[in-house]
Amino acid sequence: MNSLILIAILLLFMVFAYQLGRRRVLSKVGGDARELHSLPGYYGAYVALLCGLPALLIVILWLAFEPQIIESILVNGLPAAAQALPSGELSLLVNDIRNIATGNISSRTPDAAVLAAAERYNDLRGTSFAAMAVLGLAAAIAGLAFARGRIQPNLRARPVVESVVHWTLLIASVIAVLTTVGIVLSLLFESVRFFQTVSPFEFLFGLNWSPQTALREDQVGGSGTFGAVPIFAGTLLITVIAMIVAVPIGLLSAIYMAEYASPAVRSIVKPLLEILAGIPTVVYGFFAALTIGPALRGFGETLGIGVASESALAAGLVMGVMIIPFVSSLSDDVINAVPQSLRDGAYALGATQSETVRKVVLPAALHGIVGAVLLAVSRAIGETMIVVMAAGLAANLTANPFEAVTTVTVQIVTLLVGDQEFDSAKTLAAFALGLVLFLVTLALNIIALVVVRRYREEYD
Amino acid sequence: MTDLAAIPVSQRKPDLSEAQLRRRYRAEARFRLYGVAAILFAVGILALLLGSIVSTGFSAFTQTEIALDIELDPATIDPAGARDPDVLASANYRKIVRAGLTELFPDVSGRRTKRDLNRLISSGADLTLRDRVLANPSIIGTTLRIWVKSSADIDSFNKGQIPRDVVEADRRVKDNQITWFDALAADDRVRRSFNTTLFTAGDSREPEQAGIWGAAVGSFLTLIVTLALSFPVGVMAAVYLEAFAPKNRWTDLIEVNINNLAAVPSIVFGLLGLAVFLNFFGLPRSAPVVGGTVLALMTLPTIIIAGRAALNAVPPSIREAALAMGASPLQAITHHVLPLAMPGILTGTIIGMARALGETAPLLMIGMVAFIVDIPRTFTDPATVLPVQVFLWADAPERAFVEKTSAAILVLLAFLIAMNLAAVILRKKFERRW
Repeated sequence: MNSLILIAILLLFMVFAYQLGRRRVLSKVGGDARELHSLPGYYGAYVALLCGLPALLIVILWLAFEPQIIESILVNGLPAAAQALPSGELSLLVNDIRNIATGNISSRTPDAAVLAAAERYNDLRGTSFAAMAVLGLAAAIAGLAFARGRIQPNLRARPVVESVVHWTLLIASVIAVLTTVGIVLSLLFESVRFFQTVSPFEFLFGLNWSPQTALREDQVGGSGTFGAVPIFAGTLLITVIAMIVAVPIGLLSAIYMAEYASPAVRSIVKPLLEILAGIPTVVYGFFAALTIGPALRGFGETLGIGVASESALAAGLVMGVMIIPFVSSLSDDVINAVPQSLRDGAYALGATQSETVRKVVLPAALHGIVGAVLLAVSRAIGETMIVVMAAGLAANLTANPFEAVTTVTVQIVTLLVGDQEFDSAKTLAAFALGLVLFLVTLALNIIALVVVRRYREEYD
Repeated sequence: MTDLAAIPVSQRKPDLSEAQLRRRYRAEARFRLYGVAAILFAVGILALLLGSIVSTGFSAFTQTEIALDIELDPATIDPAGARDPDVLASANYRKIVRAGLTELFPDVSGRRTKRDLNRLISSGADLTLRDRVLANPSIIGTTLRIWVKSSADIDSFNKGQIPRDVVEADRRVKDNQITWFDALAADDRVRRSFNTTLFTAGDSREPEQAGIWGAAVGSFLTLIVTLALSFPVGVMAAVYLEAFAPKNRWTDLIEVNINNLAAVPSIVFGLLGLAVFLNFFGLPRSAPVVGGTVLALMTLPTIIIAGRAALNAVPPSIREAALAMGASPLQAITHHVLPLAMPGILTGTIIGMARALGETAPLLMIGMVAFIVDIPRTFTDPATVLPVQVFLWADAPERAFVEKTSAAILVLLAFLIAMNLAAVILRKKFERRW
């Protein structure tokens, strides 16, 4: 909270600096702005930037690295016995010290050493904040004084300010790249640690998945096996069911909307389909678990088929419904992009409307439709909430849609939600699954892009 | 196509018979029907989904209440008579409430039967009473008729969700409780009133005391962080890519990357948040600031793509006119092009925010699934959000949470509809065709 106040003070400082720069340059030319190289506001911004940017940068870097540095100082000051603890217990201890220091409830009754450490922690934080505040404010004042001295009517203020803005814009657009790099690095880093304990071969081709690792060495069946084939198969099964629902229905409704529907019908149905796309996936999950699952189970009972209440069919059906608008809107776009002259040519040869669609429009739009389906598959594989709520948890290698299967995303969620130590193979397995998920969806997206680009027919 | 070549030229004649024509027209009608059926299926599922949620969730907006005549005995509440708020707050109100209930059924005896009787009313009823007393200490010593919440099971029974005509062992409300409830109802001591708790309370293990306010505040805080990060960064990136970026390999890389990022599964962003923000930077678990940052990274591509489309739609003549008048390229963009593109950018931003509001999976990864009773106040307090609350309640074993879940979904959908309507109105009102 204190650091927020500090940042606010620095921002106020910048406002002051802006006014100062503006006034000063105007007073130098006696209020006649035509004498200046740039508009007076640019001189204000020049002073404000020189005053605020270095100071804010110092504060932000300080805040980013303060916790680690304080923690390492804290650990160095602990008794030798505490320092020798395994890293997991040590981090628990540090956490407790932090909780005691901030006045929260901690999980242990504090002994003298912990209390002393908590006091030291508070001291360190106090010192660190004071140092940060002094450094930040000093930088701001120094920047202000420096900039104030440089203000001259012929100072080229605008190019300087504009180049700063230009760099800011560039940094903003690089953030997206940094996000991708962050995703890849964090997934790779944790996966490599996972593959040090479990061989990649076993992970990719093993047929047994039971990630429970033993608490005690002698526990039965607690070694944990990480063969992910049943999970991949379950994901594939649910995705296939979803596609069987989504592709025909999405495609047929797109064709109807693009070729047959009157504008009035279109203006009603299109928003309705968009609502289907806007419903949060957690709502679909609730619908699948509460309505569709039991309904299918009851239906199966009347037919004499055993349907699990968390069957792959229920999750797949609902996921298919979720993807319908995705397929239909993308296909609608490509169908509309087929030139009218092609249709007119087909009509002139005597084709009916449906023959035109099937023999002329669809082949011409095929690249886009294939791209749309690939994107839909990628979306289905990555979908989480529906399967978490409506599909099973146990890995089950089967192709029977009436049984419960599990998926990659379900496993990631069950492995990582709840209390867990971060270093066990169990939690690292989630990152390995995440890496597979990321690579497969990325590949599908790239293939979709290539299909759309390469097989596009140019008609104009 | 290829099999055409196999047919001798003499036979390549179109079949122009009436029968063939009828067949083709039938195929035409069938094809049309498929299209209609597909649309009807999609719309029908939508209706089924909304219908099932409205029908299960509607009843959660009311709550059964039971009237008790409660004697506010000064000896129990405030023996010293000093009306000290601390003493008043810590008095044994549960005993007083139970005394009020026992008074209505004086002949109930036995521990087990008494427990059944006490289970008619909510275990939070004493808090209602305490708040009344704290708000107005002068009622101490009087006997008041106070409406207290019934327990969740009695509430479900009153709403007809627990049927009367099943074997006692198969329902959560026992026979003696039904008798008492009927007696209360006959005495006009039962009513259903609007469930304000649902909109003012945080989460709770007891369905009748659980509310969505905590989750709503959490969603609000999270979305503020998301908006504060993704809107400026998104707009700046869009401006750079559309107006200033040189056409080279790096720009291409950034573009491809943004398009790919838009298609990355949301749960992967959750893994990123877990590995980078929680484990590397040591930020607190369950905090809106972390959730908001993760969602900001997720919405960023949406805003950049919408922003670029909006900027691209402004005709170049505007920019050229500004340049001709001596504006610098940056001035031409910020003074002229960007304001004209703003409605389009805002529309994209609202749609991105609506998606962020409905997102659950990445927030599960960074610990926003904890059971949190308190209403979050700052960006670093532990919090949960509306969709995660839906997920938590959907998992809860109590029957009464089903209707709460649907009610929470209805509130969530109301927010989403409002945001999307705002986007549509904005688009209709301000979008210009050049």
